[in-house]
Amino acid sequence: MPTLIELKDGVAQVAEDAFLHVADDQDLAGGDVIVSLSRFQAEGESLLSDGRRVGVRLEAGEAVEALAYDLSRLALVALDFPKFGDGRSFSNARLLRERYGFKGQVRAVGDVLREQAGFMVRVGFDAFEPADGANSNEWQAATRRYHHVYQRSADGRTPTFLERLS
Amino acid sequence: MYQYDALDREMVADRAAEFRGQVARRLSGELTEDQFKPLRLMNGLYLQLHAYMLRVAIPYGALNPTQLRKLAGIGRTYDKGYGHFTTRQNLQFHWIKLRDTPDILDHLASVDMHAIQTSGNCIRNVTADPYAGATADEVDDPRVWAEVLRQWSSFHPEFSFLPRKFKFAITASPKDRTAARVHDIGLVMRQGRDGALGFEVIVGGGMGRTPYVGPTIREFLPVDQLLSYVEAILRVYNRHGRRDNKYKARIKILVAALGTEEFTRQVDAEWAKIGEGANLPEAEVARIRAAFAQTAFETLPTRSEAFEAARAATSGLARFARNNLKPHKRAGYTIVEISLKGIGETPGDASSEQMEVVADLGERYGQGDIRVTHEQNLVLPHIKLDDVPAVWAALKGAGIATPNVNLISDIIACPGLDYCALANARAISIAQNIAEKFRDQDRAEKVGELKIKISGCINACGHHHVGHIGILGVDKKGEEFYQLTLGGSGAEDASLGAMLGPALPYEKVAEAVDTLIEVYLRERKGDERFLDTFRRTGVAAFKEAVYADAH
Ligand code: SF4
Repeated sequence: MPTLIELKDGVAQVAEDAFLHVADDQDLAGGDVIVSLSRFQAEGESLLSDGRRVGVRLEAGEAVEALAYDLSRLALVALDFPKFGDGRSFSNARLLRERYGFKGQVRAVGDVLREQAGFMVRVGFDAFEPADGANSNEWQAATRRYHHVYQRSADGRTPTFLERLS
Repeated sequence: MYQYDALDREMVADRAAEFRGQVARRLSGELTEDQFKPLRLMNGLYLQLHAYMLRVAIPYGALNPTQLRKLAGIGRTYDKGYGHFTTRQNLQFHWIKLRDTPDILDHLASVDMHAIQTSGNCIRNVTADPYAGATADEVDDPRVWAEVLRQWSSFHPEFSFLPRKFKFAITASPKDRTAARVHDIGLVMRQGRDGALGFEVIVGGGMGRTPYVGPTIREFLPVDQLLSYVEAILRVYNRHGRRDNKYKARIKILVAALGTEEFTRQVDAEWAKIGEGANLPEAEVARIRAAFAQTAFETLPTRSEAFEAARAATSGLARFARNNLKPHKRAGYTIVEISLKGIGETPGDASSEQMEVVADLGERYGQGDIRVTHEQNLVLPHIKLDDVPAVWAALKGAGIATPNVNLISDIIACPGLDYCALANARAISIAQNIAEKFRDQDRAEKVGELKIKISGCINACGHHHVGHIGILGVDKKGEEFYQLTLGGSGAEDASLGAMLGPALPYEKVAEAVDTLIEVYLRERKGDERFLDTFRRTGVAAFKEAVYADAH
């Protein structure tokens, strides 16, 4: 099982994972679960009425718009990076935060490497399952490499063009 | 020129430090080459046939003398005493050692330079009209918007892992010197009837295996809407561009697959959701604009007696003036284009000494402003006519007063088989052979404007599709062959060249070009350019002449 790193108030910490990733053909035990979009679409209502927390895992090619009406009931959205260079989940994350105002956890899963940690934090990810074995210190360092940012994004950091005004 | 402030500097310093750490991890073996590759590719470092190649970013092709001297120094210390200016207005060093790269990046950072986003599937160096701020025919200074885009695209959190690389070009002049219509996004500034400024937005042009002249998806985008609109385009592309095949991953393929209308509809729908908040505040645009407004021009007479006397007395200067000087917006000034296409030289190469000469001239006579063109030449955009004789003499002394701008020997050629691992054939020596054939300057001037562009393989880094004469290296059973295309243009009259006929062997190429020119000179009417004659007459006469021997 990969380590789970959570970002709390800008600090990366190894966290106990309360959620279980459940594959489509796997039986559901009790407890908090992360299921695929198709499983959620089929069984979502019954899962949610079980009194557990539910997360949905979106593949990179699945649009976050598909969850628009359910987000308020979801505890977590996991966004997949099928490989390092596939950047679609950056858009999904940013839309989750900026367009849908999603307040739950946005978790990066798949080929998640520390070299992208800074970008991930900027688009709104706050939990990570690193595939490179990065520990929380290494992850933390990777998110803090740049003192400034040129753009507005989902992390609310002040971009250079506003810093310059102050 | 735009000057880095403390914030811009820290961004670059942070990147240099990050890369130093990554190189150390590679050298110690902690990272394998496979793991290191995507990291070095985010820093413009390629592994080529013989050595590492480092590509240094020159945002919109603008340099100050200190920067150019630094590049010269790096070339001398870490390379073989020269550098290669590219079709993205950047500079490449072809003989770099991995262990030197962190030091080189520190040197670059010391003069506000870097290699950020000169490779990888991100938004690359934004190119702009090399005559910006100097030419009379522009409706605005495109560097302002190029700098806006530079900052916005640097380390963009959402758009740094696109399906494929992404290139912007921007011009504010009706005469397009940026090839805007064959870029992922081309922005052509226009002035509306009420005087307001906007962009014609062209998306999905490109070269490579599947060349396209890009369609216009918006005729007039008000300038203050730029960032929200390009965010919409990039988001549609990031989400929907193909990622299963790198040859089908550029935005041009998405635009072509959806059709211009549907693509535009998706962009507009996304744009409506993004809203105004994504645009750059006016204060920041004003700050950037002010940085470009500082050129101090004197009030001078239109005619310079000193210059007129010198050119009447010296035929070499007269020829240089005819070909390499371009009209400036201010009386008594001129734009001096410096050809890096010396006969027998490698197109785009400059030695460290030559760079230093240009840096000195820029400092002494040119308001400290130096440009790189996408046609791989240099420009001193603000030279007083009075100073042209001195500038010319210094360039001549350095071997870079070749009077061939826009002429047949002003050739774009990719590195080809001399450096590039993907090449089928040599490109540089084909350029040299053609230049050699047209060494006679009178003949070259008689032929007039002619753009020859040469690529060593179908990836088309030499832009052969948009050459008036395009030359593409192909492999035929291990032999170097060349496919000729005619009638392409990357300018405002953009079009893709049409195939002439079967590929020719290496030895026949320069001769074939010579034959094409003979046909043109025979057929041309009035002051038609080669391109105009070709467009009027069609390919038949040219084809017949070149393949005559074969029948
Ligand atoms: S066109 Fe081909 S040979 Fe030339 S630089 Fe590009 S990839 Fe290399």
